[in-house]
Amino acid sequence: MIEVQGLTRKYGTFTAVDDISFVCQPGRVTGFLGPNGAGKTTTMRVMVGLTPPTSGRVTIGGHLYRDIPNPGRHVGVLLDASAQHAGRTGREILEIGARTMGLPGTRVDEMLELVSLTASESKRRLRNYSLGMKQRLGIAHALLGDPSVLILDEPANGLDPAGIRWMRGLLKGYAERGGTVLLSSHLLHEVEQIADEMILIGMGRIVAQGDKKTLLAGAAKGAAHSFVTALDNQALATALSAKGITVASAGEGLRVESETVEIGRTALEAGVVLTDLRSGEGGLEDLFLELTSDTQREAMA
Amino acid sequence: MSMNSTAAPGLGHGLDISGTTPTPFSRLVRVEMRKAYDTGSGRWLLISTAILTAVVMAIQLAVGISQDDVFLTYNSFLTSTNFSIGLLLPVIGIMLLTSEWSQRTAMVSFSLEPRRPLVIAAKLVVGLALAVVAVAIALVLATICNGLYGALGDDPVVWNAGVAHTAAFVLLQVIGMLTGFAFAALLLNTPAAIVIYMVYSFVLPGLFELGAQLMDWFDRIRPWIDFNYAQGPLVDATMTGKDWAYFAVSGFLWLVIPLAIGVWRVLRAEVK
Amino acid sequence: MTLDLGSTAPTPFSRLVRVELRKSWDTRAGFWLIASIALIVAAAEIIVLAVVVSQDESVALGDFVGTAAFLTSILLPVLGIMVVTTEWSQRTAMVTFALEPRRPHVIAAKALVGVALTLVTVVVSIAVGALCNALYGILQGGADWTFGWDDFSAFLVTQVLAMLGGFALAALLLNTPAAIVFFFVYKWVLPGLFEIGAQLIGWFSDLRPWLDFQSAQEAVWEWSSSGKDWAELVVSGILWLVVPLTFGIWRILRAEVK
Repeated sequence: MIEVQGLTRKYGTFTAVDDISFVCQPGRVTGFLGPNGAGKTTTMRVMVGLTPPTSGRVTIGGHLYRDIPNPGRHVGVLLDASAQHAGRTGREILEIGARTMGLPGTRVDEMLELVSLTASESKRRLRNYSLGMKQRLGIAHALLGDPSVLILDEPANGLDPAGIRWMRGLLKGYAERGGTVLLSSHLLHEVEQIADEMILIGMGRIVAQGDKKTLLAGAAKGAAHSFVTALDNQALATALSAKGITVASAGEGLRVESETVEIGRTALEAGVVLTDLRSGEGGLEDLFLELTSDTQREAMA
Repeated sequence: MSMNSTAAPGLGHGLDISGTTPTPFSRLVRVEMRKAYDTGSGRWLLISTAILTAVVMAIQLAVGISQDDVFLTYNSFLTSTNFSIGLLLPVIGIMLLTSEWSQRTAMVSFSLEPRRPLVIAAKLVVGLALAVVAVAIALVLATICNGLYGALGDDPVVWNAGVAHTAAFVLLQVIGMLTGFAFAALLLNTPAAIVIYMVYSFVLPGLFELGAQLMDWFDRIRPWIDFNYAQGPLVDATMTGKDWAYFAVSGFLWLVIPLAIGVWRVLRAEVK
Repeated sequence: MTLDLGSTAPTPFSRLVRVELRKSWDTRAGFWLIASIALIVAAAEIIVLAVVVSQDESVALGDFVGTAAFLTSILLPVLGIMVVTTEWSQRTAMVTFALEPRRPHVIAAKALVGVALTLVTVVVSIAVGALCNALYGILQGGADWTFGWDDFSAFLVTQVLAMLGGFALAALLLNTPAAIVFFFVYKWVLPGLFEIGAQLIGWFSDLRPWLDFQSAQEAVWEWSSSGKDWAELVVSGILWLVVPLTFGIWRILRAEVK
């Protein structure tokens, strides 16, 4: 369990993290979500003692990070996969980690196999690694000590689609076996599919937290709208307008200010064949953009 | 991609750390030793130091044999390491520390061992060990060269190696390594530390000399502040009580103070 | 489909030089290097001033300028080295060569920046020297404005050569620590070794002028030197400047930039 209590980190007059508190439970994957520069990385760096907090504290399983003996055996950390010596081979980087933690050399082979780095790839120097390969190596490094807590900053960064799916399975499995997983991302879709719990952060403050259902329920429901495509869009639009429903063209189809059920009924009455009908509710993405809109770089439309 | 069949991590809210022993210091030292030579640049620095030492002595040997008016002893071969080990050992000391910053590996090192003083101490031990290895190589090479000099040259071979001389030689190399290490801790930046070290060891002595010749008062305080000067008698192993006092005071100024400020800085630094 | 290149002018060399000049000081490392040069010069001049005033020694403008110039000559070539090597250590070469694939232009711009910075520091040295000499005049009631222009131009030339020496080593090694170590050895250790070698070995003493670039630069200080002196300067210059620079540039032009 990771417990963040009233954490603040200031750099001069700039407040990177502003009095945040949250808990990451064991057995769950917690997604730490926010736009660029929201304070995710700073928070994670404080967790592992690389950045001293201005005030507040973070405990992992009830301990300050620096009080955990041989912390690599308890907490797996991936903050920046590029922060390794460019002149070392991938295998050597894991070898050094394993030796520091007092692990047998076989653990390195296990980890290389786990993240699908081949023997020849592992003998290349890091400067010749692609972003995705560095990321795999970083994940392998975090998992080396078989920790019960994982702290991963943007772990999906640079991974190919197969790699992202693999990582999802890996982290879910980890949580199911009772581990605590905290991963950050600025991509909602990535987190949505894997996280049991989400913490949304913007400009150093937590703007919302909870599981997906709670977050959606708590969000203000806007007027419902749907997207529909018919064989005869014109006929459908006329029928909907006749009922006083606002219709606008959108892409190949129509954007309709109504629930899907009402559109289906109208289509049936008008005898129009629908090829696509879906709710336009943006789900978490809208919520995310809305909640962090004050803190977004781009003005929201 | 297969899931790894590792033991299930502990359930519950607390972290059970009772079964974990802290990382022993000896393991940190072994890891740091490995980090000193497992990169291309680190390995080449060590190899170049050894090669340069051999080359300088070989040139010295060739000159000694071919020139009648040059007379060499075991000690003169050792002294030639001023241009090899003396030059590169401090650079090794500097890079032991600064490469953690320039390559940003300090993030990993300090998250695997948050007790930063132990990590720095481990690096220092590695530096000292490398200095001792360099000395051993130099002694062996000097022995070979002096043997060859005796065999090939006309001059009588002189084995003027004593315990005091050897100890002084070890001390000199260790100081060189420590000075580099101290500047590195102070600056945490490879080029800056190397430049300062080079200025300190090549340019500053000339300036001190100039100052001492121009001003009487400076001439009197110079031994207390010029660490290079204070090491002079050490080369000939003729240190007196007063020399040791000079050595201690100037060493405090150039070694202890930068090292203390540097370590204090590393301990407090935000590691990026 | 082909790109319409008709309306795009190639990047002018002057713009490359301006950009490279800016890159030499806009990072903390570059800024502090230049700042430390300034601080060291200021501190040294104050010390010199204090010493000559307190010891009642007589000095001229040339002495103050010489002090400033000597100190800048130690650190300035480091800037010349870092102008080249930081592109590799910080991996900015990827961006630089993507924006201007004509690599020789980039290298030439960097070399020009090195030379320009040398000229600037020489001018600053003179200004600082004049200021100190004026202060000396106020404190001691009368200053000596003697300044050897011959020495000055010789100094300028040797400074530029020192800067280019650092630049050439940097291009050859493309590695900051290695280039700095080599440069200090070349500038401060090698002359001593050549001297020892020349004293001990007869044939080396004859050969030395053709090998020792720094002692060959003596020719610049005495403009009336013989043709042989100048020939020695050219030969040793080829050895220490042209050869490493050529290899270095050849290497940069062919290098895979990572």
